Amino acid sequence: MKNLILIVTLLLSANVFANSGGAHLEPAQTNIRSKESLQNGAKYFMNYCSGCHSLQYQRYNRMAKDLGLTKDEVKENLIFTDSKFPEHMTNTMDNAQVEEKEWFHKAFPKDLTLIAKARGVDWLYNYLKSFYKDSSRPIGWNNTIFKGASMPNVLWELQGIQEAKFEEHEDEHGIITHTFKGFKKVTEGTMSEEEFDNTVRDIVNFLDYTAEPARLIRMGMAPWVLFFLVIFTMLAYLLKKNYFKDIH
Amino acid sequence: MGLRKTNEKGILGWFDQRLPVMDMWNDHMAKYYAPSNFNFWYFFGSLALLVLVNQLLTGVWLTMHYKPDAAQAFGLVEYIMRDVPWGWLIRYLHTTGASAFFIVVYLHMFRGLMYGSYKKPRELIWTFGMIIYVALMAEAFMGYVLPWGNMSFWGAKVITQLFGTIPWIGDVLLEGIRGDYNISDATLNRFFALHVVAVPIVLLILVFLHIAALHSVGSNNPDGIEIKDYKDENGIPKDGIPFHPYYSVKDIFGIGMFLIIFLGIVFLKPDMGGLFLEHDNFNIANPGSTPEHIKPVWYFTPFFAILKVVPNPFGGMIVMFSAIIALFLLPWVDRSEVKSIRYRLMPFKLALTAFVTSFVVLGYLGMVSWGPGEKLLAQALTGVYFLYFVFLFVYTKNEKHKPIPERLTH
Repeated sequence: MKNLILIVTLLLSANVFANSGGAHLEPAQTNIRSKESLQNGAKYFMNYCSGCHSLQYQRYNRMAKDLGLTKDEVKENLIFTDSKFPEHMTNTMDNAQVEEKEWFHKAFPKDLTLIAKARGVDWLYNYLKSFYKDSSRPIGWNNTIFKGASMPNVLWELQGIQEAKFEEHEDEHGIITHTFKGFKKVTEGTMSEEEFDNTVRDIVNFLDYTAEPARLIRMGMAPWVLFFLVIFTMLAYLLKKNYFKDIH
Repeated sequence: MGLRKTNEKGILGWFDQRLPVMDMWNDHMAKYYAPSNFNFWYFFGSLALLVLVNQLLTGVWLTMHYKPDAAQAFGLVEYIMRDVPWGWLIRYLHTTGASAFFIVVYLHMFRGLMYGSYKKPRELIWTFGMIIYVALMAEAFMGYVLPWGNMSFWGAKVITQLFGTIPWIGDVLLEGIRGDYNISDATLNRFFALHVVAVPIVLLILVFLHIAALHSVGSNNPDGIEIKDYKDENGIPKDGIPFHPYYSVKDIFGIGMFLIIFLGIVFLKPDMGGLFLEHDNFNIANPGSTPEHIKPVWYFTPFFAILKVVPNPFGGMIVMFSAIIALFLLPWVDRSEVKSIRYRLMPFKLALTAFVTSFVVLGYLGMVSWGPGEKLLAQALTGVYFLYFVFLFVYTKNEKHKPIPERLTH
């Protein structure tokens, strides 16, 4: 039995470390409490993303309230459709149109309300930064994080255009693999690299917010709930101790 | 007049004349004598009851805003999260409660394994408890389908498919469970009915029987000896203390500790980084898009790993169900005269450690994708899991043990 435990322990330790591989993602470092970042993210999302992508569970008025925007600010700057203020942030391009006109080779733009929960903020941040020019793709763009993505690089004006460098390997069976070796910028964008990173971070932060607006409430309540419970539990402990003082 | 005799006055007296209120209170609370040496491990029974009540109450409120309709279900969950006042809290209490239920129940069962609480005269308590565990798994599985996320869909598809592998009756059974040829609106409707009506009723009856059986024979304790063997002149166990107020007060403290962790998760990290609420379940159910890595929620993963160890799905299902049936048989597998781990020797302690380790590591393996190393490890640990029962049966025939005290030690 002792040997068995030893074997199990050894196998386990070897395997735990063997599992830590996978694509390296740069941390997004978003901050959901920063209203400034969320507002900026909303601005860029509505201008660059909302033409194709809806936020079907997010309401304009809820966004205004949570991001500290007035009704007029939202109506004038962020609603580009005939939507009303309390309505969901759905867009005008519907799937039938995509199908009929064969846009994006019929890959329907996904609703993005919950994308930050489904993909994680780090993935989104890296994805949006990793588009590169690839003439072999139907719309001329590819992505190192999501190979063969149907989406074009909508932020190219800001980021500029980059190409990806790959290293070719051939193994003994003649199978060729490509390893990604970094980007090379071929056209400058209107933003510096740092400005662009911050903009992408804000967009991702905004999507992290839309995935769960209630997070702002629950994070705010958490300290009070826990503070009450700690006091309650301490009193309960003293009461219990008092009852049990004659027992042991 | 036909009224019962009572010492109580007023409203309580009126009721006591018509219903044995005071007898019930005394039998199960004020004059239910529990061993005086309960430790940390004895919090989890009352905590399981607390979580059950939480699930029932939050569940009722969730059903007020939810419809089991494949076209609406996913959106309605988001409606609860955003537009229903406090809906997010009710839902997170329910989803975190599901995981908490299993954590608490696993620790409760581990307590039973350590102190031999399943052994004579408590075989029935263990059996009812095991049926509760199985009912809980069915309840959790069906509840997980209701949000109609993509992992709900594919998880349900894979697990129901298992029943389709049974020879002869598989196809009919599969169609009966799904109500369709695939997981669909019909499946969602019947799972909803079972999740909110049928299984909860069964659970409540079983919990009643579990506690009734416990209170008939009395509680075990960390020493694993019977306090009823030593009674004073009034027939009260010398090492017993009344459940109320002693353990009712102590359990309030336990509840406080539990709530700090539980509500900490609810308010700060309700998806537990994808462990309690999985990433793929934030995509709507899509029969055309298989998630990269289909896996059940963490509390099923030990059994999922055991299932995957066997190449043949039907064989895997047999082995997986055997893993649960083996637990049912524990009271008769363990033939020892000593209950508590305190008075058992190293071989038992090592075997129990190996068993629990195998279960936990299998749980981890059930979550990750496998290379050859993981597969080998899962096979070895499935072996360890079953060997525990074989070992216990053989070892306990003539088990040597430390001297057992006659009275409780503190």
